[in-house]
Amino acid sequence: MGFKKLALLAGLATLAILGMVAAASGGTSSKQASNALVFGAAADPVIIDGPLVSDGESLRVVDQIFQGLVGLKPGTTQIVPLLATSWKASRNGLTWTFNLRKGVKFQDNTPFNAASVCFNFNRWFNFPGPLQSDAVTYYWNTVFGGFHHPASGVPGPDKSLYKGCKTKGQNVVQLLLTRRSSSFLGALALTNFGMASPTAIRKYKADAGTVDSNGVFHPQGTFGTQHPIGTGPYMLKTWQVGNKLEIDAFPGYWGKKAKLQRIIFRPIADNAARLQALQSGEIQGYDLVAPQDIQTVKANSNLKILDRPAFNVGYVGINQAKPPMNNLKVRQALAYGLDRASVVSKFYAGRGQVATEFLPPLVQGYAGSKAVPKYPFSPTKAKQLLQSAGLTLPVPIDFWYPTSVSRPYMPDPQRNAEAFAASLEQSGFKVTFHSSPWRPDYVSQVSDGQAQVFLLGWTGDFGDPANFDNVHFGQFNTQFGFKNARLFAMLRTADSETNNAKRVKDYQAAEVYIMKFLPVVPYVHTKPALAFQKNVKGYIPSPVSLEQFSTVFYSS
Amino acid sequence: MLRFIVRRLLMLIPILFGVSILVFLWIRLLPGSPAEALLGERATPQSIAQIRHQYGLDQPLYIQYWRYLVETVGHLNLGTSIKTFRPVTEELQQRFPATVELAIAAMIFAVSFGVPLGFLAAKKYGSAFDHGSLLASLIGISIPIFFLGLILKYIFSVRLHWLPSIGREDVLAIRSHPTNFYIVDAIINGDPEALWDTIKHLILPAIALGSIPLAIIARITRASVLDVQNEDYVRTARAKGLPPHEVDSRHVLRNAMLPITTIVGLQTGLLLSGAVLTETVFAWPGVGSWLKDAIFDRDYPVLQGGILFLAIVFVFVNLIVDISYAILNPRIRLS
Repeated sequence: MGFKKLALLAGLATLAILGMVAAASGGTSSKQASNALVFGAAADPVIIDGPLVSDGESLRVVDQIFQGLVGLKPGTTQIVPLLATSWKASRNGLTWTFNLRKGVKFQDNTPFNAASVCFNFNRWFNFPGPLQSDAVTYYWNTVFGGFHHPASGVPGPDKSLYKGCKTKGQNVVQLLLTRRSSSFLGALALTNFGMASPTAIRKYKADAGTVDSNGVFHPQGTFGTQHPIGTGPYMLKTWQVGNKLEIDAFPGYWGKKAKLQRIIFRPIADNAARLQALQSGEIQGYDLVAPQDIQTVKANSNLKILDRPAFNVGYVGINQAKPPMNNLKVRQALAYGLDRASVVSKFYAGRGQVATEFLPPLVQGYAGSKAVPKYPFSPTKAKQLLQSAGLTLPVPIDFWYPTSVSRPYMPDPQRNAEAFAASLEQSGFKVTFHSSPWRPDYVSQVSDGQAQVFLLGWTGDFGDPANFDNVHFGQFNTQFGFKNARLFAMLRTADSETNNAKRVKDYQAAEVYIMKFLPVVPYVHTKPALAFQKNVKGYIPSPVSLEQFSTVFYSS
Repeated sequence: MLRFIVRRLLMLIPILFGVSILVFLWIRLLPGSPAEALLGERATPQSIAQIRHQYGLDQPLYIQYWRYLVETVGHLNLGTSIKTFRPVTEELQQRFPATVELAIAAMIFAVSFGVPLGFLAAKKYGSAFDHGSLLASLIGISIPIFFLGLILKYIFSVRLHWLPSIGREDVLAIRSHPTNFYIVDAIINGDPEALWDTIKHLILPAIALGSIPLAIIARITRASVLDVQNEDYVRTARAKGLPPHEVDSRHVLRNAMLPITTIVGLQTGLLLSGAVLTETVFAWPGVGSWLKDAIFDRDYPVLQGGILFLAIVFVFVNLIVDISYAILNPRIRLS
């Protein structure tokens, strides 16, 4: 074969490819159906069964198919009626009576009623051993805790908030609690506690399975993968793992019908790939926009950014089991030595606000009062405090930060750590860095109490102060290493108060006390961003990511 | 030949045994466990201990390995994901065809451009074309795949809207996939639109993934052709007055193909074990991105089952390469 012939062959091959590319022209990649929306998800759902998941991608789908007794006013954490039209706590706070909405049907056309509510609660309370770990039933463990037949090491019914469920006719149900708690009402708004069709749960064997010799659960049913049946505005059409998950409008939905017939969730793990898919028109929206991409989206006249209200906190954690952090003056010096305003203004692209309390401002219980100590950056004050604590300057501290991670509350932990270290070194501290990969090393080391001072944060699970304050400071926690009976009691009282106005005051007092006691130094609340095509309307970002696609439509 | 194949297949047993031990130990030597990975910042010492106990991770390693062996060999079961509860074999059925399709497309691209490029560079040794091809292959090897992928997508998807940037098919299409090899499925279903749609989705990831093999193949071909064309038998063929194209095709290319076949085989084996970056950038649902996630999640069953399966594939690909030697050069006796 001569040079010319080979050159001709290579040229033809190139032409063939270019020809294919050119022939493909015509907007194939930017097809947009008028009655469907393609949403770029970061991953596939784990399973479409609310009580068994806690990750955002699963919940995004679950939120469209299932509904709880109560819901949240769109865009807020305010509890509103959903499958229950009203509710009332008994005087002792141990019995909660819910009046149920009439005429509601599950997507398999079976009726929703009091019996189905009790069926669901009892299902969760009776989950088999392999489903009882925090990794699977995180929300039940967090809100109710304890199972009827606990596996080894799992709390039993005596430790559970849930005592039982009683039907009072077709449309009234009573939930019985073992102790007073109000935070559970906010938690019920999560679709983790959404009502599923008892018929479908039985028919598709939602909880059936075997455990192999390695302890891994092998589900036998198809409820969570092919037949998740709830009362929501959408129902599952197909799920091709790794490719797409489609939901269709449920024609028998009791409320306002969905405006778009079909929503397609497409797993795209890579941030840049999601952005490019939006730019090319292959998807119409996506969540978890990287901070560095926000300007790119804003600069594109066909795209827009939607802000999710701040519902997180980034904090510098302090382990009081590691001296001298047990000394309040040292913790105060640390708070004065952290230049929080500078970090937030430099590294959060205008999407962060300096945290002055542990709770984000929109959560009830946020104090927002003058009584809250503020700790503005002051190296002089920090040094004075360290000296008055009897320490020689500089005071050595171990400062931990994670690598290989970007969280809404710390997009670049290393930058935060370096900036904080610089301000602390001006303030009488000598910083030694420790870092490790976020998952699983760092999280494990911090929760084991190995870190003295560390970067961490929290995104709320549901709109209740208990989910922030009690989770972190309600009891002894190895990562913070303190036992403060007063704080534990304050938070316990606040959580059990059923009068909401009083409860809010209790939490406000707790917030003030937390900022005086300084188990952590909160420094930022951030607004995560979603990106959409400009003609997508009606999407209301929720602080707890409980967002409905049923209100979404295209502007003409 | 048959004896050789049987012997190689029997060698699979110790190889897989060794791989299983290595993988088993490797993933357990990594810091952390599924407990910390699954719980994230919600991990508490109690919940970690509970999950470690549930999965028997608090047992001595030899007991854990024995259980794994009983489950895998005794029950012929690659396991079930700790995170998703999905059986590993089911995930492989979904994802491996995607990886195979992409690997084949990438190799077709790499071979159809790499071999002519290398051959022409050798024939024009020392010329501007030769230097240019060397430079191009150097760039091909050096350019990070994810960067090339993003650039290709930016040009052909974002700017020109010619080609899709993600996935294996149009997300709005409703099609059946009996084999999960989408090209095969399109042919089986007699659906030319689906076939074209699948090819369009393959073009960019195949170019991105095939860029490095293309550069390697071009360089190996060039070196191999340079070696062979100075051999006595080539000179003899020329001296006998054989037309140049016959000398090239019968004597030069055929003999130069041996090292090229080796490299194509090795590269195919590598591509079949999953192309993490390409799959991630193009949201391609193959085994590479799946295993990458499993590493982050410390999903032991997925890693153990998935890697064992890929080891089998790798051995088979190498077997095919060895057999192809004999076909290319009958003087090679495999036995």
